[in-house]
Amino acid sequence: MTERILSTGNDAVARAAISAGCKNYFAYPITPQSEIAHYMARELPKIGGAFLQSEGEYAAAYMVLGGALSGERVMTSTSSPGIALMQEPLSMLITAELPAVIVDTQRLGPGTGTGGQQGQTDYSFVTRGVYGGIRYPVLAPYSVSEIFEFVQLAFHIADKYRIVAMVLTDFVLGRMTEYLELKTFDFGPLPEKDWALKGKAHKGGRSDFLFTVTGLMLDITGFFAQQQEKCDKIIDSEIRYETYKAEDADFLIVAYGYSARVSKRAVNMAREQGIKAGLFRPITLWPFPKEALQREASRAGKVLVVEDSPGGLVEDVELAVKGAAAIHFLGIQARHTSRAEGLIFPERILQEVRELL
Amino acid sequence: MSQETAITKKLVCKRPTFKMYPLGFCAGCHYGIIYRLLDEVLEEMELKGTAICIGGGGCSTMGAMFMDIDGFGGPHGPGAAIASALNRVYPDAVIFAVQGDGEQGAIGLGSFVATAVRGENITVITMNNACYGMTGGQLAPTTLLGMVTPTTPGGRDQEMAGYPMHGPELVAPLKGVAYAARGTVHTFANRQKSKKMLTTAFQKQQQRLGFGVVEFLSACPTNWKLSSTECIQFIEDKMLPEFPLGEFKNIEKKKE
Repeated sequence: MTERILSTGNDAVARAAISAGCKNYFAYPITPQSEIAHYMARELPKIGGAFLQSEGEYAAAYMVLGGALSGERVMTSTSSPGIALMQEPLSMLITAELPAVIVDTQRLGPGTGTGGQQGQTDYSFVTRGVYGGIRYPVLAPYSVSEIFEFVQLAFHIADKYRIVAMVLTDFVLGRMTEYLELKTFDFGPLPEKDWALKGKAHKGGRSDFLFTVTGLMLDITGFFAQQQEKCDKIIDSEIRYETYKAEDADFLIVAYGYSARVSKRAVNMAREQGIKAGLFRPITLWPFPKEALQREASRAGKVLVVEDSPGGLVEDVELAVKGAAAIHFLGIQARHTSRAEGLIFPERILQEVRELL
Repeated sequence: MSQETAITKKLVCKRPTFKMYPLGFCAGCHYGIIYRLLDEVLEEMELKGTAICIGGGGCSTMGAMFMDIDGFGGPHGPGAAIASALNRVYPDAVIFAVQGDGEQGAIGLGSFVATAVRGENITVITMNNACYGMTGGQLAPTTLLGMVTPTTPGGRDQEMAGYPMHGPELVAPLKGVAYAARGTVHTFANRQKSKKMLTTAFQKQQQRLGFGVVEFLSACPTNWKLSSTECIQFIEDKMLPEFPLGEFKNIEKKKE
């Protein structure tokens, strides 16, 4: 029988990583996700793992790279400004085809942002890949259970494609507490890590050199062709989304993460008032479920994008829908207060839906 | 058997087992000599089977890809952080990071010092050629006062760019550091002394005594705009007075 516990989203990240066999975690403290580091610092030494608090996020992501060279599963977690500092190592990881998992627990705003308040302002930044024209998959859970599942899935995807996989949560998801069933998921077989650097004595005398300099050693068009092939495979196999009461909806709300929870509630409230609202929730933000969204949106005819930001997801929705439905946007201006603790509530979404009907 | 035959059979030195030739360094550059010493030390200590080299960005990484051991390279600066993590995850390996003076003293300074503070069981090997070699010889933390570079066209002025940095001496007082030394390869005698420094650094690492750093003075004829022989004179006359050779730290026992 699987154990059922109460867990925060942040603790679920750490539990999921350990369940997925990740015993190595490198990070620099940053609100609102430092609890992940607290959990790892406490638990990893008990199972012979490596916990290392780095000298900054840049170094943390490079430590992830160093750990990944061994072929072991490795992870880091951070929040918005930390993701900015990790851009170079992220690009290096993907170029050297090293698997790793990165969790971004978003906090609000640019610059230092709000120390520990809700926000979904990283969308565009994390879904467009890194410098150098390469992409990585981003998974967006909306509950503690999904955080637990998707962190494990991220490890599988990372190993399967030799790529960085990101799990994008936010302050609300990281700090809220829900029931969680502790189960280990089996996502299928994985290729052997015959590229891992273990010293040549462990590989019958063959020495390997892993490199990030695309211009010096690799055939450039060949490199990008191989990256494209990898991206195509991810697009073919890994796109995930969920619909809720969308089958007969004539008004489709599109939202991810915490906004999707709130929107689901708004859909139920609308239905009670006889309004045929539905929800489309992208789970993979890259690759984005373009075709499915266009299908659902063109059937409904009207779309409302709800996200706690000045607009990021809405651009992907516009690209996917390609004019097949009218697209409206409810963003950060719809918060219940202008103070940092502001949130978009279901009532506000319902009000918007009624006005747009 | 004649005496002559006996002499010819004596092995003086072995050709290093690099994976490809030529190494790609400029004529007169000392990096090839330093990598050769590294190769000899790893061979003699029988560490090649478990050694992993973390190269940097720029010229220093080229040797890393030619060595017949496992390696990684490319990123400019974070070698010590990468090596730290690999050492934590996979402590059985002998892990060393090779980096330039800019990586040690500028872009990678944070990781270099933090790694020394943590006393990681890795060895950092720094190539000090007083400039950024691959990008065109610009001011490095180790550039000598008065030295003309593309970014110090009037010569390095301490009012503008500070004084030359001394990496091994900087970290030597830290408790986590087991070994800190500076050598040079511009004379045969110094080459042998420097080789001993490398050997000692790897011994300390194997005894898990802490962090080790060996810095090498190295010629950069291309950017110094000097001939190979002039470079040797430059090291003798200009580099040695600023950068003293020798061991700054060599512990036998870990600090409590």
